[in-house]
Amino acid sequence: MTAAPRITDRASRTSRYISAARTVFWRHMHFVFKRPALLLPAMIFPLFFYMAFAGGLSGLSNVPGFDYYDYNAFQFTFVLLQSAAFGGVFIGFSIGADFDSGITRRLFLAAHDRSAVLAGYGAAALIRALMVWAIVFGIALLTGMEVAGSFADLVGLIWLAIVVNVAAFLFAAGMMTRFRTMQAAPAMQIPMFMILMTAPVYVPRDLIEGWVATATKYNPFTAIVESGRSLMAGDPFHVLLAFAAAFGLGALMVIFARRGLRKAEAALA
Amino acid sequence: MEAAALYANSPIRTQARYLAWRSVVRTARQPIMIVPTLVFPLFLLAINASGLSAATEIPGFPTDSYLTFALAFPFIQGSIFATNTAGTNLAEDIQNGFFNRLQLTPMRGSSLLAGQLAGVLMVAIVQAITYLLVGLAAGAHFEAGIWGVPVLFALSFAISAGFGAFGLFVGLRSGSGEAVQGLFPLMFVLLFLSSASLPRDLIQQDWFQTAATINPVSYVIEAVRSLFVTGWDGEALALGFIVAISFFVVSMIAASFAMRGRLERT
Repeated sequence: MTAAPRITDRASRTSRYISAARTVFWRHMHFVFKRPALLLPAMIFPLFFYMAFAGGLSGLSNVPGFDYYDYNAFQFTFVLLQSAAFGGVFIGFSIGADFDSGITRRLFLAAHDRSAVLAGYGAAALIRALMVWAIVFGIALLTGMEVAGSFADLVGLIWLAIVVNVAAFLFAAGMMTRFRTMQAAPAMQIPMFMILMTAPVYVPRDLIEGWVATATKYNPFTAIVESGRSLMAGDPFHVLLAFAAAFGLGALMVIFARRGLRKAEAALA
Repeated sequence: MEAAALYANSPIRTQARYLAWRSVVRTARQPIMIVPTLVFPLFLLAINASGLSAATEIPGFPTDSYLTFALAFPFIQGSIFATNTAGTNLAEDIQNGFFNRLQLTPMRGSSLLAGQLAGVLMVAIVQAITYLLVGLAAGAHFEAGIWGVPVLFALSFAISAGFGAFGLFVGLRSGSGEAVQGLFPLMFVLLFLSSASLPRDLIQQDWFQTAATINPVSYVIEAVRSLFVTGWDGEALALGFIVAISFFVVSMIAASFAMRGRLERT
């Protein structure tokens, strides 16, 4: 007799959660389309990095020991994963700005479960990232990038990028719910930049020397980038390790974001 | 003697001196304006010197040390920060009303421009000394020898003055710190679409090679690099100085016009 009301209650809670997340998501997407300046940096930076790295450094493919099939594809994979990470971080700017303007406080007061507010931002981060990837991928193909991987390999690469995007978003959400101001933006960007740039960016790991060679060994992003490149080349390598690293980072960031949310709730109470 | 004394006490010199001192003190009091301009270029240098060391194995690469090759990069990157420093400071003066108050005094526009650049040039000197010392300590070569040091500093000074003057122009035109900050990515595009990472003749993509050849930043970076890699390369140095000084002159003229326009508006 009590089972039915419990199910109804759960359904109602789920519906309210989705409704709150959808509101935040639509609000953000509305802003993005109304003010393209918000989306442009997220779109221009990956394109610019792709142009600068694939165009300016293509001579590196002549270095003895460089055995990847196409330097454009080599750099595209990095830029895709980099834009996934920065796409997650860029949404942190919006969270910070909404804290500054007081919107987040009102959203928190209105939402039954406040994690729904973050879920809305997360969904917006993902949709924005997918839009950016579609454009970067189109331009890369138009400018001569060769794809050696199969459709299934590419789907694997996109899923890897999605997990990276979600993990980066959770990191940004954790930082912004702690600092609750846009001025904390460098605290989000700098660690992300350090992790990305100490992965094998320009050449395969075997060709890197010095302290970056040591850093790449311990950087979890190395497995993600290397596996992404292997999927692009149609020669999957350490894919499970890469997904384990990405999901592992994501799981840590879930805890980080949840704790940040608790702190924000306590501060706004 | 009399002429010299007159010049020393001329209004423009006195005004510029006071404003220059204010600019230097103001910059020195804001570590946030100095520290990132020192640390960030050195961090990128550390990454690139290690991550791109394999580039020295490309046939025709001019040196066996990528650190030596890449050391020109922070000099130019640091100079690009001058755009932000000069433009943001001036925009802040406009936004908080200091600029309007100055207009009530008999101050000349040229004094304001010269004075505002002083803080930027102070940072440029600190940057040049830091980058050179860190680079040499990390094992970079400096082929031009001891006499190359003043040339390097003069070049660095000229490049920073050019970018600083450009920042003043944007600050005066827009009157907004945000607009000046928005220029930073554009400046970075100029830096990356140059011969900063590889010599122009080793860039394989034709479009990129053309972009790097058109891009004036390539010539200033090649001038700075020549002192580290080649020693004394007259052509590279002449081109570097011509580009830097021309950029400075054009930017100052543009800033003067922008200043006149703003004075008329307010």
